[in-house]
Amino acid sequence: MTMTLGFLQSIGRVFLAFMGTAGRLSLFTISATSHCFRAPWYFRIIGRQMIEIGYYSLPVVGLTAVFAGMVLALQSYTGFARFSAEGAIANVVVLSITRELGPVLAGLMVAGRIGAAMAAEIGTMRVTEQIDALTTLSTNPMKYLVAPRLIAGVTMMPFLVFIADIIGVFGGYLVAVYKLGFNPANYLQNTWNFLEISDVISGLVKASAFGFIVTLMGCYHGYNSKGGAQGVGAATTNAVVSASILILCFDYILTEIFFAK
Amino acid sequence: MTDAPPKISLKNVKKAFGDKVVLDGVNLDVAVGESVVIIGGSGTGKSVAIKCILGLLTPDEGTIEIDGRDVLDMTPREREKLNMQIGMLFQAAALFDSLPVWENVSFGLLAEKRCGRDEARDIALEKMALVGLKPDIADLSPADLSGGMQKRVGLARAIAIDPSIIFFDEPTTGLDPIMADVINKLIVHVNENVGATALTITHDMASAKKIGDRIAMLYEGKIIWAGPPDDVDQSGNDYLDQFIHGRTTGPIKMAIRA
Ligand SMILES: Nc1ncnc2c1ncn2[C@@H]1O[C@H](COP(=O)(O)OP(=O)(O)O)[C@@H](O)[C@H]1O
Ligand SMILES: [Mg+2]
Repeated sequence: MTMTLGFLQSIGRVFLAFMGTAGRLSLFTISATSHCFRAPWYFRIIGRQMIEIGYYSLPVVGLTAVFAGMVLALQSYTGFARFSAEGAIANVVVLSITRELGPVLAGLMVAGRIGAAMAAEIGTMRVTEQIDALTTLSTNPMKYLVAPRLIAGVTMMPFLVFIADIIGVFGGYLVAVYKLGFNPANYLQNTWNFLEISDVISGLVKASAFGFIVTLMGCYHGYNSKGGAQGVGAATTNAVVSASILILCFDYILTEIFFAK
Repeated sequence: MTDAPPKISLKNVKKAFGDKVVLDGVNLDVAVGESVVIIGGSGTGKSVAIKCILGLLTPDEGTIEIDGRDVLDMTPREREKLNMQIGMLFQAAALFDSLPVWENVSFGLLAEKRCGRDEARDIALEKMALVGLKPDIADLSPADLSGGMQKRVGLARAIAIDPSIIFFDEPTTGLDPIMADVINKLIVHVNENVGATALTITHDMASAKKIGDRIAMLYEGKIIWAGPPDDVDQSGNDYLDQFIHGRTTGPIKMAIRA
């Protein structure tokens, strides 16, 4: 009897803790989003964050994309050779990159790069009372710290992913043409013919959603961190892990919305 | 006393973190233009009391009034407006390390759009001079300064907006004696010549006597004694006596085991 009770109690506690976190996160999301649409806007900070996300993430995301494209070409060639469908690799590469791998890989890389940095920076500002100082200087920290990062994430991720798409397709092209001996003109023709505008757009919408998730998680965990250096470390880890899981989770949901008819 | 409402008035303010009671019914009035110093051991909740007044923490019970208005049920916008006339020096300075020193100092001016960036920089240099900082550190990052210098930048930031109320959380801790005296004089100047109401936290009794019109001692969540600096030495209050003389024996028990 007492054992069952204890068991139920611990389930209850976990459930309550979960609901508490979900509630706090929802409130944070609503408040942060609404600040994105209300003046004043800190353009200087938005600009700095846009450069950080859109420009300085390019090397990492570009490298990931080029190797993703290359490995896709190689894998689908060796796999498709079994039923003599090697001709389809151009389509496989371009569709996988634009619909899936471009946004997901870029999202995960940016979660590691930007989400972690945001959580660390805002978390440090929290534990050193800089966020309190903002409030006393008539500056709303949600507006000054969180909104610019969300705006930058949502607007820059599509650009980043668009470039990643091009680089990824180029990676596939390199392998197909220089290693597998495809005719360059044919390969490009195939890439182009089967690509629909909706493939690219759906990938860019995903990118924007992932940009929101990454920056939101970075800001949320940083904003609520406590307990000195250790707390900031935990916030950084949580930001990256939660963003990565949410990216994969929303990737499925968005794919279902776009393509399941 | 006077008819005007006190500038700051705390009535029965209580605040606990979990089961740990920090403030247990604080009552304190600060008159317009007065300079009150709160003394008390570390961890007695002096910083918590100031954060409650600033709205950074919400008390569990009690009322806090500024200029006769209850600040606890203000809208965020009203609160923001009120903050425009309040300056705060944080215990650990809390400078923005993403901004250079001069932008830290003029942050409030720029946030409230009181002036352009060029003018803000001039004002920042002027306020920095008041706290004994040279213009050549204006473009450094706060992280490159010593603790005492950071404290002074924090002080310059607090007074830059010409506040009518100003809070100093341990302004002289970590400064050398001469610089501490410069800061004491500056606080007196801000209080007397500029007319700001000041609430200062300190452990430093010499400093407390120099800057305070009135001294209040916080112990176990309550103000147990308040009076003018001249009365401190013959208060007849055992707690106060023990504190100002720094004795280990007396009614205040330190939570250390021998
Ligand atoms: N945000 C907080 N959460 C939990 N406990 C806190 C918090 N802020 C302060 N405390 C506790 O309140 C007590 C008083 O702290 P503080 O006001 O900073 O002391 P001091 O009088 O030295 O300024 C301390 O024991 C501290 O641990
Ligand atoms: Mg303190």
